[in-house]
Amino acid sequence: MKLNKSEVESIAHLARVEISAEQARAYAADLSSILDLVAQMNAVDTDAIEPMAHPHEAPLRLRDDAVTETNQREKLMANAPAAENGLFLVPRVIE
Amino acid sequence: MHDKTISQLATALRDGEFSSVELTRHFLDRIGQHQDLNAFVSVDEENALAAAAAADEKLASGNADPMTGIPVAQKDIFCTEGLRTTCGSKMLENFIPPYNATVIEKFIAAGAVTLGKTNMDEFAMGSSNETSYFGPVKNPWDHKAVPGGSSGGSAAAVAARLAPIATGTDTGGSIRQPAALCGITGIKPSYGRVSRYGMIAFASSLDQGGSMAQTAEDAAIMLNVMAGFDERDSTSLAIDKPDFSASLNDDIAGLKIGLPKEFFEDGLNADVARVVENAIDEYKKLDAELVDISLPNSKLAVPCYYVLAPAEASSNLSRYDGVRYGYRAPEYDDLEDMYKKTRAQGFGAEVKRRIMIGTYALSSGYYDAYYMKAQKLRRLIADDFDRAFEQCDVIMGPTAPSTAFNAGEKTDDPVQMYLNDIYTIPVNLAGLPAMSVPAGFGNDGRPVGLHIIGQYLNESRLLNVAHQFQRVTDWHSKTPEGY
Repeated sequence: MKLNKSEVESIAHLARVEISAEQARAYAADLSSILDLVAQMNAVDTDAIEPMAHPHEAPLRLRDDAVTETNQREKLMANAPAAENGLFLVPRVIE
Repeated sequence: MHDKTISQLATALRDGEFSSVELTRHFLDRIGQHQDLNAFVSVDEENALAAAAAADEKLASGNADPMTGIPVAQKDIFCTEGLRTTCGSKMLENFIPPYNATVIEKFIAAGAVTLGKTNMDEFAMGSSNETSYFGPVKNPWDHKAVPGGSSGGSAAAVAARLAPIATGTDTGGSIRQPAALCGITGIKPSYGRVSRYGMIAFASSLDQGGSMAQTAEDAAIMLNVMAGFDERDSTSLAIDKPDFSASLNDDIAGLKIGLPKEFFEDGLNADVARVVENAIDEYKKLDAELVDISLPNSKLAVPCYYVLAPAEASSNLSRYDGVRYGYRAPEYDDLEDMYKKTRAQGFGAEVKRRIMIGTYALSSGYYDAYYMKAQKLRRLIADDFDRAFEQCDVIMGPTAPSTAFNAGEKTDDPVQMYLNDIYTIPVNLAGLPAMSVPAGFGNDGRPVGLHIIGQYLNESRLLNVAHQFQRVTDWHSKTPEGY
């Protein structure tokens, strides 16, 4: 499986990672070699096999619908790159 | 005092040979003297000494626990309230968690003293510690060599006796491979044994925290602290935990050791094979039986893993968007540009490679060919273990195909780097417990680890088997020169 530069650029866009044209060429080579490794999976017929998503086959446990967390707004906001009046600041999205 | 195991340290603390404050001071001094190893990202001297003083009071009152006053190094993937937690990334360079991971809470409750946070591959993605934003860690056995990864800082710290024990996490071998490369003992428990709450996520169906120590006896003491049901982790198993130390001394005569032929084929270095065969001979002397087994699909574990782990990572790491915490690019045009520049600048090359592979594998039109295919293979790999354990009690082989390689040797070729984990990855896919135990040295003088894989939830048996080996060998007590 060979990825070209424009395919890598569209993957990078989906992943929201900016890459330069030069980096796109380097990633195309790296990602293609990883996909070649991954292609070894095709050596095994898995048609009738049930997929395994997780080591535990049981469904996830549910908890009671009760408030367990206390309000820690200030503590949590302290790590925000930009905040004002207890709100996260982001670039304008609505004109 | 730094050569003592924690079981010996606990006795010395009780006998008043030295105090926890003296012990803590000693390890803090050693960390300072050996900064060139780069094993620590943060050292918390003030709080460590305060915790040690509190432990000394508890020791004096006579109601101390096995972990009271014992210094521990925490992998920088576990959130520590008020203490910077970076996960080896620029993205979290200045992240101060507002809460403690469950594992950290448990160590604090047990009276342990946190020395600091250990260096690691960025977001635990790596097998050499070279992807850390904070620089590579050196292997104390040979500074030219890598310590392994991703828990390389923890492994180097224990090997160099900068800490008596350290925590690690293992998604595809990140406890066992560095334990092998640094000549220490490490255990990855069964998936669900140790809470993942507050342990920064890489691949959630594979990640598991565990212990790194000098001996299996110490690893068991640590696991007694770390394991247990946690309501805050939906994958934590709601089952009773045994006393992992209780069966260490059980006789292993008649133990059936499965030797998978796939683990001794091409790709395994001859001197590593020799050391592992010698270790298995020791078990024969202890009256264990050897059984030839096969794990036919284990060869496809690496390709399978490099779909599943990046897919889960691409989803988990979408949270780093420069909005709520972590790095944000200084300049950008609009919201999307802010996301893209933040992630381009905040993540290193290997993390971006894996995010992109995962994004591709999950993208429309490719999902069945990659993600679904890999999940089906995962089932076959897990079924192989089920069949093998009908014939044997534990499975043994090498932890890694070679001794520690030189820094820089594999950084240009991601696939070569990934192949380091060929023996460890199948275990994570199946969710089983496994250990690496020091078994000798290669021709280059670098350590070799014996890999022991156990049955689901049977860590006690695994630790017992490792402890019996350590009773008749002394590889675990060898220390690198200069430490």
